Amino acid sequence: MATQTTFLDANELVLNMGPQHPSTHGVLRVILKLDGEKVLGTECVIGYLHRGVEKIAENRTYQQFAPYVDRMDYVAAVSNGLGYCLAAEQLGGIEVPERAQCVRVILTELNRIASHLLWLGTHALDIGAITPVFYCFREREEVLKIFEKYCGARLTTHAFRIGGLQYETYDTFEKDCHTFCDWFEKKVDEYEELLTANRIWVARTKGIGILDADACKAYGVTGPVLRAAGVEWDIRKALPYSGYENYDFEIPTGRNGDTYDRYLVRMREFRQSVRIIRQAVDSLPSGPIKGKVAKVFKPPIGEVYVSIEAPKGELGYFMVSDGSTQPYRIRVRPPSFVNLQALDKMCRGSLVADVVAIIGTLDIVLGEVDR
Amino acid sequence: MAVEPWDGPIADGLKQHFGDAIKECSTYRGQEFVEVGLSSVRPIIDYLKDEEGFDYLVDITAVDYPEREEGKRFDLLWILYSFRQNVRMRVKAQLDGGEKVPTATESYSTANWLEREVFDMFGIEFDGHPNMTRILMPDEWDGHPLRKDYSIIEQDETWVRENLQIESAQ
Repeated sequence: MATQTTFLDANELVLNMGPQHPSTHGVLRVILKLDGEKVLGTECVIGYLHRGVEKIAENRTYQQFAPYVDRMDYVAAVSNGLGYCLAAEQLGGIEVPERAQCVRVILTELNRIASHLLWLGTHALDIGAITPVFYCFREREEVLKIFEKYCGARLTTHAFRIGGLQYETYDTFEKDCHTFCDWFEKKVDEYEELLTANRIWVARTKGIGILDADACKAYGVTGPVLRAAGVEWDIRKALPYSGYENYDFEIPTGRNGDTYDRYLVRMREFRQSVRIIRQAVDSLPSGPIKGKVAKVFKPPIGEVYVSIEAPKGELGYFMVSDGSTQPYRIRVRPPSFVNLQALDKMCRGSLVADVVAIIGTLDIVLGEVDR
Repeated sequence: MAVEPWDGPIADGLKQHFGDAIKECSTYRGQEFVEVGLSSVRPIIDYLKDEEGFDYLVDITAVDYPEREEGKRFDLLWILYSFRQNVRMRVKAQLDGGEKVPTATESYSTANWLEREVFDMFGIEFDGHPNMTRILMPDEWDGHPLRKDYSIIEQDETWVRENLQIESAQ
C-alpha cells in the first residue's frame, strides 16, 4: 500500500462500508482504502453470521442435520439440500430412484431461477434501477408458491431426504411448472428490454469489475462469474449428477468477464433453466420416490467430496463417516465464501460507486459466507 | 465397498517423481486421493498444477482425530481439480498439533482465505502465509472450535462477558 502514489497528492482515506449497509446484502463489512474516488484496496471483514454449522453437524445425526443446510444459502435452499443429500447418498452407497432424481432437478432449477431473480432485482436496485426488483419479486413469488404447494415451506424448504424425496408431487405439479415456464420466458424478455440495451445500465456495468479466466481459476471462482470470463465449465456438464446428462441444455458464457457479461450469462441461464424444467416435467417417470435407506442411517467408514452447480458456483460437501449415526466431520465448500475473496482484485483501481456494483455482481449470500 | 488402490497415469507419475513421499494412492467410491508426507506437500501440489494441469484449488480442510493411535492428530486435505483433464482428486497429509504447514498462497490465490479458515477452526498454522489471522471467529477468541476436544457448548466466557455483556451465549 505504501508504494501507491496518490494522484491528487492527498492522503489515503480509509472508509468503512457496512456491516449494516443495504448494498452489502447482509452483514458484510468492507474496509475501503481510497484516493479521492479511486479504490486502492479493500479488506473484507466477515464472520458476523457465523453459527458454527460444521460443528453442529458433528453433533446431529445425518437426517437431523439436513434442515440446517437450508439456512446457509437461504435464497437457494433447495440446491443446498440437494448437495447434502447427494453427498450422504454417495457416502452410504444409496441409489436414488429415477422419479426422485427428476423431481429434484425440476425443483433445483426452479430454485436457480428464484435465486437469480433475487440477484437481478437487488443488483439492479443497487445500481439505481428501481423497477426490476418489483418484477423480479412478482415472478419469484410464483416459484415460491410451487415450493409451498409441494412441501409447505417457501424459503427453507428441506424438500429432499437422504435417499430421495419425502413427498410425492401434488396433483397439478406438472401443469403448474409448465404454466410457470411459459409465463416466465416472456418475463425474461421484459427484463432484457428494461436493461440489456439501457444506456445507464450499460454505462454502469460494462468494463466494471473485470475478472479474467486466469484470475478466476487462481481465486477458485466458479459459477456465472467464471463462465462470464469465457470458461465453458458447469458441474452439471463436467461431472453430471442427478441425471443432468439426460437433458439438453447449453452453458452460456461471456467474453470480457465484466459485470455486464455476468448479467448476460445469468439472463441466459434463466432460459436454460426453463429448458431443463420443461424436459424434466415432460419425461417425469413414474415409480418410487425413495430408495432403500435404513431408518438408522449408518454409512460405512470413509470420506467423500461431492459438489453440485449451485446458482452461485460450486457448492461442495466433504463428509467423513466413522461408521456411527452422526457424521464425524462435514465441511461445506461454499461458493460465496470463495468468490468473495476475489472482491479485492475486482475493486482495485475502480471508483467507489462501482464497489456496490461489484459486490452485487458477485451474488453472495452472507449466510453461506459465514456459515 | 472398501478403499482400493488407485493406479492410473496421474498416480504413476506421482510415484515416479516423488517415490517414498507418496505413501498411498487410493480410490474410494470412485474418488481418488493420495496420502503424502507433510514436508513434500508443496512440491507435490506444484507438480500437479504445472505438469498435470490441476489449476483449480477447490478447497483446503482438516479433520481432527485426537484419539488416533497410529499416525498424527490431524488430517489435512487439499482438493484439486483439473479443467484440462476434468478430474478431481485429493491430497492428504497428517500432522501433529503445533506443526506448521507450508502455505499454498503463492501457487493459488484462493488458498489465502481457505488456510485462514483452517487456522481459525483447528489452530493449524501455515508457514509463509501473508495474513495468518482468524477469519470467521472474533480475533480475540480463545480456542479453535472444530477441534474434537472443543465441546459444542464450550465458549470463550471472558470474550462473551466483555463483548456481549451477558453471562453466557448458550
